[in-house]
Amino acid sequence: MTAPYAASFGSLDPHVTPRAQDDIVNKAIHRTLYNWNTAANKLELELAKSVSVSPDGLTYTYKLRDDAYFHNGRKMTADDLIFSYSRIMDSTKGYPGARYVRLIKGAVDVEKNQSKEISGLKKIDDFTLEMTITDRVDPGYYFFAGTTAILPREEVEKGNFASSPVGLGPFKFKEHIPGSRVTTERFDKFYKTGKPYLDKLEVLIMAEAAARDVAFRNKEIDTSILGPAQYVAYRADPQLSKGILEVAEMFTRAITMNHESIKPFQDKRVRQAINYAIDANLIISRLVKDKAYRATSWLPPSSAAFDKTVKPYPYDPEKAKKLLAEAGYPNGFEFELTTSQNESWGLPIVEAIIPMLARVGIKVKPKLVEVTVLTELAMKGEHQAYIGSNLTGPDSLATLRCYYSKTPRTACNYTGLKNAEFDKLLDDAAQEGDMAKRDELLKKANNLLYDEAPVWFFNYNKAVLAYQPWVRGLQANPTEITHQYPEDIWVDASSPAK
Amino acid sequence: MLLVLGRRLANVVPTMLAVVALVFLLFSVLPGSFISGMNEDGRSAMDPAVMERMRKEMGLDDPLLERFAKYVANTARGDLGTSFRTREPVTKMLSGRIWPSLKLVLAAMTFAILVGVTLGFLAALRPGSWIDTASMVGAISGLSLSQFWFGLMLMYLFALKLQWLPSFGYGDGGLRNLVLPAIALGVGPMALLARTTRAAVLDVLNADFVRTARSKGMSERRVVEWHVLRNALVLVITIVGLQFGSLMGQAVVVEKLFAWPGVGSLMVDSVFQRDMPTVQGCILMIVLFFLVINTLVDLAYVVIDPRIRYQ
Repeated sequence: MTAPYAASFGSLDPHVTPRAQDDIVNKAIHRTLYNWNTAANKLELELAKSVSVSPDGLTYTYKLRDDAYFHNGRKMTADDLIFSYSRIMDSTKGYPGARYVRLIKGAVDVEKNQSKEISGLKKIDDFTLEMTITDRVDPGYYFFAGTTAILPREEVEKGNFASSPVGLGPFKFKEHIPGSRVTTERFDKFYKTGKPYLDKLEVLIMAEAAARDVAFRNKEIDTSILGPAQYVAYRADPQLSKGILEVAEMFTRAITMNHESIKPFQDKRVRQAINYAIDANLIISRLVKDKAYRATSWLPPSSAAFDKTVKPYPYDPEKAKKLLAEAGYPNGFEFELTTSQNESWGLPIVEAIIPMLARVGIKVKPKLVEVTVLTELAMKGEHQAYIGSNLTGPDSLATLRCYYSKTPRTACNYTGLKNAEFDKLLDDAAQEGDMAKRDELLKKANNLLYDEAPVWFFNYNKAVLAYQPWVRGLQANPTEITHQYPEDIWVDASSPAK
Repeated sequence: MLLVLGRRLANVVPTMLAVVALVFLLFSVLPGSFISGMNEDGRSAMDPAVMERMRKEMGLDDPLLERFAKYVANTARGDLGTSFRTREPVTKMLSGRIWPSLKLVLAAMTFAILVGVTLGFLAALRPGSWIDTASMVGAISGLSLSQFWFGLMLMYLFALKLQWLPSFGYGDGGLRNLVLPAIALGVGPMALLARTTRAAVLDVLNADFVRTARSKGMSERRVVEWHVLRNALVLVITIVGLQFGSLMGQAVVVEKLFAWPGVGSLMVDSVFQRDMPTVQGCILMIVLFFLVINTLVDLAYVVIDPRIRYQ
């Protein structure tokens, strides 16, 4: 497998790093309470056999696996979950997983150093854990993130855990050559009988797409992530086109308009006009080389609250002009659009948008910044509008809360949308215990967002994984295609590996 | 020789201090930070409370001067700080990267010297011949080549088409994986050395003392070995030293392309993610390497040309 997002791994301690690159390895070595079942497109228990929920929906009692062993040979117990979640809330460390663990009652007290223990975690016996949460949400969305992996206390306390990680995953750590690769070996006591199928798994760091291409064609690597240019070439190749896995990932690319900094953005008709004025389909086909799915609203197609009947805004500059005139801007207006260099959701897209918006009278002043700066600007509210890629799943409720009027800007409310009807739909959804009914409410909220058009809905990322003909069992994981559960992968006899 | 060494070492400290100050200040005024950069790919959402705690843990809220003073004091004790990204000591991270980088730079320089000096020498001995023309065309091409493009071409030819060598990676650290990145990195210095050697040898061949040696009946081989080679070597060594010293920094592109785990690729990653302690550590390492190589070159002058000793 290849790790394509950077020239190194951040850390092999899963609590330390939230990066997608690091989770590629973490999926092999570590495990979390829940995982994502790609085939069923839903979360499922991983380290527990069953769970019962109290009538108020706030207390979860997990019957943990009694056959899960750490790579040091010790059996996992409820103490390990308590230790791991408490470590994540360490008041002296900024562990990214704290945003999830904070859901547990009393976790905030540990975070504030007012308590040593999370009061909402109670060990009933070695294999039974009671968890009390503070919000009526599905904890699966919180405890499937790699940053909440379960670790063995004794190994962590030895120090130097990132250099010799020990986990519950199907593969045990063997070697890490920083900047080059991580090698893991089959863990014989993995709790899923007969798995993993592979004897060895190597994750090779290959940040350069052109180099990955050569290595893949040379059969030195089994899988490779494709960018737009390679996607075109691989689709056109009779052999390579047979080994392409595609999925609409849970990332929505959009222009986020700051309604508080630009007056015209406060008018729904102006925002709708922008959606009508840009020919998104043309940009997707010509610039993104069809390596994207047209976005209709905020939630991606894999969400249970996604409404398949809704069609994206059509390209209609005349309607855009009419809406602008109705809103009191017949001659358009001007705004600054902040962008990064990204080829799929950055400067090239902005360059295509400028003349389209100019046609309806809107003048765009592009402002180029490094990608690391985008979020900082958005959090400070220093943007008029910016184009970026946004995580929009799998928790649809949490995702839509970025448009809830009471959500602070620093917590992702970068538009400043205020819509009482939308707020009520989210409030109702949060109170609804029946998941099907909740999804219906969220679907209505997502459709309301379509109408409100707080952003320009551009596309959902089409992640593309190329694989060799002998590789089997890959999963089209919409949360991140590089995050494979490697215990399900196997290679057939045609593999050149000895 | 001790005087040369002493003078050189005295220059190292202020140079390093200036580099540290420059890097530190540059990174402090750049927009964006490691923490906001954790969201860069839109694949992970950071929590404001955690971000605040991380800022505190990493000392990013402290005044700039206080941070700088702390950094200089720690560096003087050999502590380069803790990486924001991995939360490991920077010295530990660098220690794992130095040997692969050194190996790559040494191999590239060996290739450059063997091929470049030989070609330049042959070209100078037979000016205007086909060897001269071919070597100089090769040298100019080598100087103009983009390392990235040339590396890709090497991969395409030797890995994909001929299947002689692996296209990427560190493998077991052996020669097979080293060859292609070393050639890609070494082609620039090789070309420069070929041109420099040719010019230096031609210059010496026309010198009075060479004419005198020939008129005394010395064989051409002895003239070349005894007079030409030694005198031309001073200029060649200067170029070797300068190129050798700067190769560690130049290796960034090649290391990224070939997924070679050296200091260069660590630095690029750290720059993009604003991992300031690691960037500073990498730059210090590269500058130190450059200064050490240049000191060794200065000492080599003294050995090769006794006149320098008396100056």
